[in-house]
Amino acid sequence: MNTALSWIKAYVPGLSCTDQEYCDAMTLSGTKVEGYVRTDKNLEKIVIGQIERIDRHPDADKLVVCQVNIGTETIQIVTGAPNVEVGNKVPVVLDGGKVAGGHDGGPLPEDGIAIKAGKLRGVVSNGMMCSIEELGSSREMYPEAPENGIYIFPQDAPIGADAVEELGLRDTVFEYEITNNRVDCYSILGIAREAAATFRKPFVPPAVTVHDNGEDVHDYVSVEVKDTDLCSRYCARVCKNIKIAPSPRWMQRRLAAAGIRPINNLVDITNYVMAEYGQPMHAFNLDTVAGHKIIVRRAKDGDVFQTLDGQMRKLDSEVLMICDAEKEIGIAGIMGGENSKITDDVTCVLFEAATFNGPNIRKSAKRIGMRTDASSIFEKGLDPVNAAAAIDRACQLIEELGCGEVVGGMVDVCQPIKPLRRIKFEPDRINRFLGTQIEVDEMLATFERLELEYDSQTGEILIPSFRQDLEGFADIAEEVARFYGYDRIPTTLPSGEATTGRISFAERLEQKARDIAEYCGFSQAMTFSFESPRVFDKLQIEQDSPLRRTVTISNPLGEDYSIMRTVPLNGILTSLAFNYNRRNKDVKLYELCKIYLPKALPLTELPEERTQFVLGFYGEGDFFTMKGVVEEYLEHVGMRKRPVYDPKAGRPYLHPGRQADIVYEDTQIGYLGELHPRTAQQYGIGTKAYVAVLDMPCIVEKATFDRKYEGIAKYPAVSRDISMVVPREILAGQIEAILAQRGGKILESFSLFDIYEGSQIKEGFKSIAYTLTFRAKDRTLEEADVSAAMRKILNGLEHLGIELRQ
Amino acid sequence: MKERLAKIREEILEQIRSCKSLEGLNEVRVGALGKKGALTEILKGMKDVEPAERPRVGQMVNEVRAELERALESEKEKLENALQEVRLKSEVIDVTLPAKKNQVGHRHPNTIVQEEVERIFVGMGYEVVEGPEVEKDYYNFEALNTPKGHPARDEQDTFYINGEIVLRTQTSPVQVRTMEKGKLPIRMIAPGRVYRADEVDATHSPVFHQIEGLVIDKNITFADLKGTLAEFARELFGEETKVKFRPHHFPFTEPSAEVDVSCFKCGGKGCRFCKGSGWIEILGCGMVHPKVLSMSGIDPEEYSGFAFGVGLERITLLKYEIDDMRLLYENDARFLKQF
Repeated sequence: MNTALSWIKAYVPGLSCTDQEYCDAMTLSGTKVEGYVRTDKNLEKIVIGQIERIDRHPDADKLVVCQVNIGTETIQIVTGAPNVEVGNKVPVVLDGGKVAGGHDGGPLPEDGIAIKAGKLRGVVSNGMMCSIEELGSSREMYPEAPENGIYIFPQDAPIGADAVEELGLRDTVFEYEITNNRVDCYSILGIAREAAATFRKPFVPPAVTVHDNGEDVHDYVSVEVKDTDLCSRYCARVCKNIKIAPSPRWMQRRLAAAGIRPINNLVDITNYVMAEYGQPMHAFNLDTVAGHKIIVRRAKDGDVFQTLDGQMRKLDSEVLMICDAEKEIGIAGIMGGENSKITDDVTCVLFEAATFNGPNIRKSAKRIGMRTDASSIFEKGLDPVNAAAAIDRACQLIEELGCGEVVGGMVDVCQPIKPLRRIKFEPDRINRFLGTQIEVDEMLATFERLELEYDSQTGEILIPSFRQDLEGFADIAEEVARFYGYDRIPTTLPSGEATTGRISFAERLEQKARDIAEYCGFSQAMTFSFESPRVFDKLQIEQDSPLRRTVTISNPLGEDYSIMRTVPLNGILTSLAFNYNRRNKDVKLYELCKIYLPKALPLTELPEERTQFVLGFYGEGDFFTMKGVVEEYLEHVGMRKRPVYDPKAGRPYLHPGRQADIVYEDTQIGYLGELHPRTAQQYGIGTKAYVAVLDMPCIVEKATFDRKYEGIAKYPAVSRDISMVVPREILAGQIEAILAQRGGKILESFSLFDIYEGSQIKEGFKSIAYTLTFRAKDRTLEEADVSAAMRKILNGLEHLGIELRQ
Repeated sequence: MKERLAKIREEILEQIRSCKSLEGLNEVRVGALGKKGALTEILKGMKDVEPAERPRVGQMVNEVRAELERALESEKEKLENALQEVRLKSEVIDVTLPAKKNQVGHRHPNTIVQEEVERIFVGMGYEVVEGPEVEKDYYNFEALNTPKGHPARDEQDTFYINGEIVLRTQTSPVQVRTMEKGKLPIRMIAPGRVYRADEVDATHSPVFHQIEGLVIDKNITFADLKGTLAEFARELFGEETKVKFRPHHFPFTEPSAEVDVSCFKCGGKGCRFCKGSGWIEILGCGMVHPKVLSMSGIDPEEYSGFAFGVGLERITLLKYEIDDMRLLYENDARFLKQF
């Protein structure tokens, strides 16, 4: 919301402060100023001058030489403007002055344009006559300004006076951010009331008295509200003998500063009252209102209506319409109809100021697809008391501006207005709540400035109708706090019982995941939680897979962002592809993200959200690099048993021969593998890529940060190497299972040191060699101990068809 | 005998002096003190010496022997030192050659900031808790004094799953879930993902993060809120940081405030980061609305509390001078490795 400070000052006459002081003080009392601009920025040494003589330029066809009387003297100015005539009064920048912009109306340069005396084609020119664009404004805001030429003042403008002042540009326009609870502050009067309270000056709203013609409005129009749930008040007044003309300059200037283009007196008055009172109004041509009757009712499904912008609008039965005896003539609170709009030949006007149901207006505007200035105010829910005040103010202006004749009285169809709310005044509790020691008198003074009446009989505060946001104790405390000044409230720390700060075990496991992944060279990625349903096809996931049952967003930003992920890979693969396309080498990424698994569809209860630890890389490394990261992590979170790797996982997006489920204590906790070349191609990753996924809820079940020191071995170890010829289909994991199971307590560790397949090994076999390390904690091992263990191991291996290599 | 001994001594000392290598020195040692060495030979000749003379001669031999051993030892050390010097000289490296790094990965800037915020509040006795991202309308809005039809709902551009379930637009529903558990007092923070239907651009993302904070106890005051957040700002942005509380409106707090911190780039003088104002807005906060307390089963006459919500990305972007929010979700390795 933009407002000229001069308009505020009109109702807070005592207000005197710099722009910055105003900005700071208003912001700190709760009316946030987003910014402000001086309308006379870069306008220096500009006076009103009168052209006394115009001569042709001796050396240029398009230039003329003017003698301009600026009050103190007459100066010579050369101009190329086509519109000047002897006797015109014009804005003149003197030597050493400044204008805001060029005559083309382009963006204004930050420092303006300096004007110096000089020669134009050899003829001295001691200044410049200005167009409205050079003065930093436009024809939109100054409709009387000529297209492409010097601005011409009316004949009564005083020669030599400050042209900027005369144009009403000695002002500052403030932009406010109004919070949605303060409907009353979407108006000049609301902000002025706040300003008065902030600066502790009297608030003097306009005195409204309407001089009518003695006729009765009820002879002109009747109103019937059928859907009172959507319209709690409808006020109508009539003005006749309308004379359309430009509105006075003061009104044009105020509207222009608020960003509202002046049009004519009638339109300007409704806009002016909307800005001043925060009450949108509508004017109908009474002669087009059939039966001189207004009916307020819901539209019918499928109705089509032409709004005054010429567009056809589709309606439904929740849209409130303003109708006459025969037809619909306006969409309530949103826009009037083409069929009843004001034209220049209007003679009799019906003014409407109504209070509509806010949420209904908001929804209707959204469905119809037109959010207008009026609807954006109505949707906040207006004060019915204000409707009558605003319509009277409009009639007063009609009469004062000579725009027409006001018919006496008002048709007012009004639901019972709720009695004033009363809130108990509890000064001690307020101080306890704020942590302050504010005097009762100071609190009461604040209430008074805000027009909150204090009933000393009952100890209650009476809330005026325009402050529906004040509902209880806390709201009253806020009013006290913001005018006392948030900055004056002390700073303390909560007292009371001490609490222990902590992070959960699950979060600690995630921190450890980040640490380990990073030590292993992986950087942390973050990707969106929603994605396209086409992801399942990209990942070759079966049509009937339960993974395709997703939590689906009903109003997504597009199909690409429409389902909550059930598979955690798409984000990391997309990111790897992004890096691959940018030719980044050896990229390793990890992500801790959630998958969202619906328990039943359609969704009736919340889905299960499972955090997944996802790793992916391309470039240096292979399957076993990834396996190493997984095992580093498991070891660091206390999962020190050997995980089982099941190669028969059969995930369609992974290489069929290079993938495994990770099983720990009979629970599948994740999987890893090389990306299927088809999947890699789908994502545009032109090289081998590897992924691993760990399901964090499973990790939470199995992990522990408890450790016990096991001592450092005191007795010597005995090692034995075994070299085997193994049928090709036997997995190292099977051999290791036998080693672990049969080696007994004294088998401390084993490690694979050679694996070979080729010419020296018979067809269908491979050679594998391990070093086994035996050690006892309490003694030096004897040869017999080791031999016995080895015998058991070899026995077990034989069962798998494994031979010892000679 | 004596002369012979003196001659041998001279000869051997000369040999030691002129020796150029450890091997040569060893030969000298063997030649002098070895089984067939010159001194040993002399000792062998002791039998020809007068018995009365023997102790004296023996002592002389031993003295010479000791002297030679000392000379040998010192020469050996000298030679070894020289040798080591040569080796060290040959081993000179160019220390400015590139380092061999372990290629440790990098944490996402959002996480760095989040962990920092968690550290600060855990230090003040707050528990870090989590809540669901796919959330009931009730928790996201209703229980936060934002009933259906409330304008704040429109402002937040909510993603709906259905009429009752939404993607949470704020971390505030975790407040309600924590209060409902009924365990008082409460001091918690809840970091997490939130969702709003904003198209992706340099300053908007439909997915982003907030960190919610909530304190409920007897006698919690607005002054406590101010003190806590001032402390937080100093910890996060530096000891010199000043905070400014501006009145604002949120449906679930009353009174409410927006908090600015003195610009941590220019210290409050005004620069392009703070758009010349010297202040940067970082969070919203307020005293928990009595209706919110009541709805969660807490008696507002007995208990009070404050809540705050920090936009994680906002701080990340400001702190690291990142000019485009999209960078946070593209995961370009060249971006990530800068953190």
